Amino acid sequence: MPKITINGTAQSLPDDPRVSLLDFLREHLHLSGSKKGCDQGACGACTMLVDGEQRILSCLALAVQYEGRAVTSVEGLTQAGALHPLQQAFIEHDGFQCGYCTPGQLCSAVGMAAELRRGVPSYVTEDLGLETVEFTDDEVRERMSGNLCRCGAYNGIVAAVTEHHAKPAGEAA
Amino acid sequence: MNPFTFSRALDAGDAVARGAAPGARFLGGGTNLVDLMRETVERPDVLVDVTGLSRTIETRADGSLLVGAATTNTALAEHMAVRQGFPLLARAIASGASGQIRNMATVGGNILQRTRCSYFYDTDAARCNKRDPGQGCDAIDGANRYHAVLGASSACVATHPSDMCVALAALDAIVHLRGSGGWRSVPLTGFHLLPADHPERETVLQPGELITAIEIPALAFGANSTYRKVRDRASYAFALVSVAAALQVEDGVVKDVRLALGGVAHKPWRAAAAEQMLRGQPATPASFEAAAKAEMLDAQPLRDNAFKIALVQRTMVAVLDSLATVRT
Repeated sequence: MPKITINGTAQSLPDDPRVSLLDFLREHLHLSGSKKGCDQGACGACTMLVDGEQRILSCLALAVQYEGRAVTSVEGLTQAGALHPLQQAFIEHDGFQCGYCTPGQLCSAVGMAAELRRGVPSYVTEDLGLETVEFTDDEVRERMSGNLCRCGAYNGIVAAVTEHHAKPAGEAA
Repeated sequence: MNPFTFSRALDAGDAVARGAAPGARFLGGGTNLVDLMRETVERPDVLVDVTGLSRTIETRADGSLLVGAATTNTALAEHMAVRQGFPLLARAIASGASGQIRNMATVGGNILQRTRCSYFYDTDAARCNKRDPGQGCDAIDGANRYHAVLGASSACVATHPSDMCVALAALDAIVHLRGSGGWRSVPLTGFHLLPADHPERETVLQPGELITAIEIPALAFGANSTYRKVRDRASYAFALVSVAAALQVEDGVVKDVRLALGGVAHKPWRAAAAEQMLRGQPATPASFEAAAKAEMLDAQPLRDNAFKIALVQRTMVAVLDSLATVRT
């Protein structure tokens, strides 16, 4: 039986190849943290991490395409039941109102930070030759533009993400 | 979503063998095809996953690049050879879609995303010659702010949404293909088609043929290049218009130039008329303006998109001026 690893646990993939990665977690595994906002790649609420910190949209991913891969959803960000420090930062900075987009925002922010550290350029990066890219508000807003928040908590989200990643490496999990 | 069988190709030969099945389609990152399947615009019987094929970026001694078709958009934009040698390509990719989508989308899939508009998606209420050939087009007299002003036909006025392809068109990229009959190469500027009477045909790809790699020839002045995208919102939106440009200026004169436009046509639009007009001319706003006007001479506005003609001209002048200022 083909397998996929979800939040550290091996799971059998669905028989029907039409099942999206999002529906697989929500409907088959009953992990309802990841949200179905638009189901067409326009809102980012379904963002998950693959093979560490590669952020993807699970609504546009067929679960079977990710055979053998390791997927992390918002449920997998918590450590031993404790909130991920980024989750704590979202609470402290009012990074949400209704909370529907938050699981996607969290996973996306983790993936985005990895991209900054790697020097992946964005459309607002001035110097494309840098080994790593600086963590500025403009960079965060551009790179998080695939995650919509209809409550408009963007200022809190940017503050939470920025504060979390300004912490020393040991603190920022 | 209609039912289909799914398999994963082991290599390019295996992919081509599997892709010969009736109703087969190759699947890359799925960011366009899966979406269209969910809307039942696309209804393949067989999906062959080709994301496991080559994602190598080969940097050659002559300065050219050979990019495996399964390379993700992010991987291409972040490669130092692209960032330093072809900034217009890194910036074009970074301006497209979102971080998540760029991580999923492959280079081959980006090229093969459908030329489309909202009427193409509206299976319930809209007529679309691209979706159902011969049915008619509701966009021509409809809400067509985003639609084409160059090279359109009475059958279709949709635009090709790729940013990456606009940069590739300016760079004279070559698309490497493999089919059951063997290998061939096609220039990117000749790969996509204008709609004419058959908007359902968007490329010269034959049934079952696979994109294996993209070749980006060396360009000595590639480092002096950029991509500017004009949108209704600052990020995560399709282009109203976009300009990819590389410029070589010597003693105040345009020695060579590459120009391509996005958001204006059924395919990435190489601005050959403007290029030809600019070579040998002073690198001044007046020359840039004259060239931009020449490029848009045959533009045909629709009800809602006449603004694009002036917007292309202004954007082209601004981009060329920024590149001329850097080097002179």
